[in-house]
Order: sequence, then structure tokens, then C-alpha cells
Amino acid sequence: MSNIAVSVWRGGDAGRYETFEVPRNESQTVLDVVTHIQREIDPTLSYRFACRVGVCGSCAMTVNGRPRWTCRTHVSKVVENGRLEIGPLANLPVVKDLATDMSRFFERWQGAKGAFEPTSTRAEPIAVIEPASAKRRTVDAGIECINCGVCWAACDTVRWNPDYLGPAALNRAWTLQNDTRDGGQGQRLAAVAGKGGCHACHTHQSCAEHCPQGLNPTASIAGLKRMTLHAFLKGELA
Amino acid sequence: MSLRLYVLQRGSALILAPLVLAHLVVIFYATAQGLSAASILGRTKGSLGWGVFYGVFVLAAAVHGAIGIHNVLAEWGPDPLKRNSGVLSVTLWVTGIGLAVLGLRAVYAVVAT
Repeated sequence: MSNIAVSVWRGGDAGRYETFEVPRNESQTVLDVVTHIQREIDPTLSYRFACRVGVCGSCAMTVNGRPRWTCRTHVSKVVENGRLEIGPLANLPVVKDLATDMSRFFERWQGAKGAFEPTSTRAEPIAVIEPASAKRRTVDAGIECINCGVCWAACDTVRWNPDYLGPAALNRAWTLQNDTRDGGQGQRLAAVAGKGGCHACHTHQSCAEHCPQGLNPTASIAGLKRMTLHAFLKGELA
Repeated sequence: MSLRLYVLQRGSALILAPLVLAHLVVIFYATAQGLSAASILGRTKGSLGWGVFYGVFVLAAAVHGAIGIHNVLAEWGPDPLKRNSGVLSVTLWVTGIGLAVLGLRAVYAVVAT
């Protein structure tokens, strides 16, 4: 098969694109392309990956202008006129080449109180949660996030608002707000109603459009808006 | 945006939606009927109904517009400004009070006898 011309971001925030010729293969993924460059052409290329099967969430990059999980993105689906442009994820500082510093993204999970707060100990019986219950179904719709940062990179509000908690952290908060075993819901609701919380979302739905897991963080954020509004009207939140 | 501003903005939008529709209908009616300024004023002068209608309209628009301007500045304003919550607060209040004063003056002008 023919070659493809691949422009790859090199350097830190102030870097430039460098072009490589990569042989085209059948069923080739964008991560395969990056790996070929690093192993066969330029071993100094930095990038991040682990599982290669869409589970770990490490390999997200900007491919032809859109954030994507590169291990599950086939070249045939994204190549334009025989060209690929691969850059680091947007809205994050670049460490080097295709590796970004994701600490800001994960700090927002803490800001949204994304940790489960247990209400019982292992000595007590296992909590029974009816699979068909409304809350469990709501949680089901929001879990399976792989923390890849694609939604963060796709979000306009993240770009505009330095305080914004972001789609992934708010989606996580929403699943915990519907977890009947969780005991931190009052504090978490206050956290997501504060500065940079769910009310900053403009409902552009870029997160839902780009999420490789097919999740809909916009819907979760809308749920948080409803929940905070009810708490406000009851006088539980100021 | 804080929860309080969010509630005020969505609440004022709820009030504005039917009022804007009624306002448009009135404009179309007045234009289609070819009403003169004098005949319009003849109906609004001394009318408690129109006074309340446009009074509420102006106050809801002042709240809604001021929060909107505040949000645009907070997200799209130049960098030192968008992070300065003091300046943003002053902008919010000045815009809101300014719109309310200008609007209520206009309502007074067409309703007062």
C-alpha cells in the first residue's frame, strides 16, 4: 500500500509540526502510525499509551483537528487526502511532543468531589441495589468513563473558563449523586454548584459528540443543574 | 456562573418569554392597524395594565441582560478583566441598574398622565 504523510507535533507548547512518511497498512490505527514513527524513524518522539485496546484512556491525541482515542481510531476513517495531522490534546499544557500534562484534568475530579464516600463498612452486609431502579439506571448511563481527557479537549467552556470543572469530573459527580450508597452528596452538590461548576456549561454537547465511550456528560451536567436548582428552591443551597 | 445568578437568569428568561411574544404581537397589531403615536399614547396613558406589563418586562430584561453581559465578559473578556471578580460584579450591577433606570423612565413616559 502507499505511504501517508503524517504531521506530528514536536516540542512543548511552543513547538511545530514535523512531517513523516509512514507506510500505509490494512486495519492500521493512528496509534500504530505514531508507534511506527517512534520505533522506525525517530526514537525521540514522546507519546503515551498502555493497553492499545480502548480501556486505559492514555493515548488520546488531536487527530486532524479532533480529539480522539488513537488506539481505536482507524487511519482509514480519519485520513484526509492522504494526510494525517497528529497533535497533543487541546486545553492541557504540553510536556513534550504528544504527551500532555493531565494534572489539571485530574485535579478537577477532586474539585468535583469525585471520590466515593462510603456509608458502611466491609463488616456490614453488601448493599442491595435494584438493577432496574431509576437511580441505578441513571448511574449506568454515566459510568465506564476511561478518563482519557477527550471531552476536556473538546470543550469550549474548558477553553474559556479557567475555573470550569469540565465534563468528565461533573459526569463523575452526577453518577455519585445517584449512588444510594454514597454519603458525600451534600458536599458534592455544593462543590458542583460553586464557581466553575455545572452552571458554567453552555450545553454545546462537544463532550457527548467526541466521547469515545459514547457517554453523554452534557446530560449528566443537565441533571446536576436540575438537582442544584431543587436544592436551591428548598433552601439547602445558596 | 454562581447558582444564584443561574437561577435569576433562567427565572427572568421564563418571565420574558411570554412577555416578548405579547410585545411582538402588540407591535404587529399597532403597525398593521396604522395606529399613530397619539393613539398609542392614548391607550397607554393612565393604564395600570400596560404599566405593570412593561414594568415587569423592563425589570426582567435588566436582570437577564446584566447577567448575560457579566457572563460574556467572564468568559470572553480580556485576560486580566475576566479573572477580576470585583470588576465583573461592578459591571453586573451598573449594567442591571442602568438598564432598569432607562427602561422604567420609558415606561413612565408612556404611562404617566
